[in-house]
Amino acid sequence: MISYLARRILWIIPVLFAVSVITFYLMHAVPGGPWDREKRLPAAVQARLNAEYGLDQPLYVQYIDWVGGFVQGDLGPSYRYQDRRVNDIVADGFGTTFQLGIMAFVVAVVIGIPLGIVAALGHNRPPDYLSTSVSIIGIATPSFVLAILLVIVFSVQLRWFPTGGWKGPETWVLPTLALAGFPIAVIARYTRASMLEVTRKDYIRTAQSKGLQRGAVVSRHMVRNALIPVVTILGPTLAFLVTGSFIIERIFNIPGVGQFYLSSISTRDYSLLMAMTMLYAFAVAFLNVVVDVLYAYIDPRIRYS
Amino acid sequence: MATISRPLPGQVARPKASTGLWRDAFGRLRKNRLAILGLVLVFLLLMAGIFGPIIAPWPYQYQDLKAVAAAGGGPLPPGSPGHLLGTDQLGRDLLSRLLDGARISVTVALVVQLVILVIGVPIGALAGWFGGRLDNLLMRLTDVIYAFPDLLFIILLSVAFRDTLLGQAVDGLLLVFVAIGLTSWVTVTRLVRGQLLALKETEFVEAARAIGVSDSRIVTRHLLPNGMGPIIVAVTLGIPGAILAEATLAYIGIGVRAPRASWGTLVAEGQKFIRSEPHLVLFPAIFIALALIGFTFLGDGLRDALDPKLKGKQ
Repeated sequence: MISYLARRILWIIPVLFAVSVITFYLMHAVPGGPWDREKRLPAAVQARLNAEYGLDQPLYVQYIDWVGGFVQGDLGPSYRYQDRRVNDIVADGFGTTFQLGIMAFVVAVVIGIPLGIVAALGHNRPPDYLSTSVSIIGIATPSFVLAILLVIVFSVQLRWFPTGGWKGPETWVLPTLALAGFPIAVIARYTRASMLEVTRKDYIRTAQSKGLQRGAVVSRHMVRNALIPVVTILGPTLAFLVTGSFIIERIFNIPGVGQFYLSSISTRDYSLLMAMTMLYAFAVAFLNVVVDVLYAYIDPRIRYS
Repeated sequence: MATISRPLPGQVARPKASTGLWRDAFGRLRKNRLAILGLVLVFLLLMAGIFGPIIAPWPYQYQDLKAVAAAGGGPLPPGSPGHLLGTDQLGRDLLSRLLDGARISVTVALVVQLVILVIGVPIGALAGWFGGRLDNLLMRLTDVIYAFPDLLFIILLSVAFRDTLLGQAVDGLLLVFVAIGLTSWVTVTRLVRGQLLALKETEFVEAARAIGVSDSRIVTRHLLPNGMGPIIVAVTLGIPGAILAEATLAYIGIGVRAPRASWGTLVAEGQKFIRSEPHLVLFPAIFIALALIGFTFLGDGLRDALDPKLKGKQ
C-alpha cells in the first residue's frame, strides 16, 4: 500500500512536467506578447522589457528558467500586474476559489446522495420521479444558465440575495448553488443506479430473509455497498468544481483565481498562465490519487500492490 | 433416467430462433419510454440541424431594422408579426438564429465524436492488443491528457491557432471541435483497451488465431465488433458533454464568429436584456436543455439495451 501510494504520488511529477512543456510551447505559439497595449509601445522599450524579463532568450532557456523557479516555489513576476509576483496573486485568490469549490462539493454530496437513495427506494414511484426530475434539470441546465436564472429569481425578483460579490455568507449562496447544480444531478444518478444494482444482490436477499428490519437492511447493507462506486466520481467532481468555477466567478464577480484563467491567456501573462495550469493539473492529479486511496479504504476487497 | 430423451445422432434439436444482439437491443430500447423520448428529441435536433436554414423564416444574420424601429427600438417580444419568437436588439429573428445554432450543435455532436473515435479507438486497440510496454506507455499518455485542465487547453488552442487556416474553417468552429475532441478521447481509449483485454482471452479469438487469422483481422473483424456496444454508449453519452463545452465556450466568447451564433452566444447576448426580455435567454436555454436531455436519455437507453448483464431479464 505504501509503495503503491508513493509510486502514484511520484507519478504526478512526470504528468506535471508533460503538461507544463505542452502549455509552455502552446502559450508561446499564441501570436502577440505581454506588452501589447491599446497604444503600441516603442520597439526599443519592448526590446528592453523583453531583455529584462528574459523573453529574448530561446524558448528552451526560458522554459528551464521557469522550471528552476517553479521547483523553488517561485512562480515568477506577473507581466500584466507589473508590481506583483504571481505567487501573491494566486495566494490572494485561491482561498476564495477553493472555498467556493468545497462548498459546492459539500452541497452536491449532501443533496445528491440522499436524492439518489430516495429515488432507488421508491423505484418507479413518486419519489423516483421527483428525484429523477431534479437530476434531469441539473443535467440539462449549463451552470451559466442556472446562474442567470438564480440571479433573476432570487436577486432581482425576490431580493433575497445580492447579485454578486463575495462578502459574507449571503453572497455565497447563489454561486454555490449554481456551481453545485450539475454535480448534484450526476451524483444522484450514480447513487440511484448503484443502489438499484445492489438491491438485486444475494446478500440483500439473505439479510431480508433472516428477518432484518428494512431500515437496517437499507442503511447497513444497501447504502454502504452502493456508495462504493459513487466514491470514484467524487474525485473528478471535486477537481471539476475547484477548477471549473471560473464562469461562475465571472458571472457573480467573485475575486477568486478563476478570473485569471481567461485573462492570463488574453493578456499573454505567461507566468500567471503557467501558474494556473500547474495549479489545476496538480489538483486533478492529486485528487485522483486521494480517491483511489479512499476507494481501497472503504472497500476491503480492493488491495493495491 | 430413461425418461430423458436425448437427440439421436443425426436428429439434432432445433435451436431456438436466434434474434441477435442488435435486434434484442432494439426491442429493449423500444420498450424504454425515456429512451424513445430521447430518440425523438435527437431526431428533431438532427432535422433542425439539417433543414433548419431552409425552414427558417429569415436568414440568421438578417436585421429587420424597420420592425425594430417601428417598435421603438430594442428587441421584439415573442409573437411579433413575422417573428414567432421575437428578435434581438438588431432585429435578428430569434427562431432563425436558434435553428442555425441547432446546426452548430449537431455538427459539434458529430465532429467531436468523430475526432474522439479516430484518436481513441486506434490507441485503445494498440494498447489492449499488444499489452506490455506499449500499453504502459500509451496509458501514461492518457494520464497526462486526463490531468490537463480541459477548458484551459481548449481555450489556449483556440487562441493559438485562431488566425491559421484551421482556425478560420467553418466560421471558427472546426478548431473548437478539434480542441474539444483532443481533450476528451481518453474515456473511449480506456474503454476500448479494457474491452480488448477481456475479449482477447476468449475462445473464439483463440479459435480464429488457431486457424491462422492475422492479428489486424482479428482486431478489426472479431474484437472491435464485439466490443462495439459500450463504445456506442460512451460516444452517445459523450455528446451532451461536447455540446455543453461548445455552448460554454461560446458563452465566454470563444469559438464561433459573429454574425453566426451558437446557443451559448445567444444566452450571452440575451443576458444584457434579461430584465426586460427574458425570452432572449430562456429560448436558447430551453434548446440547450432539450438537446442535452435527448442525448442523455438515448445514451442511457442504449446502455440498458446493450448491457449484457441484463440480457434475458425483462
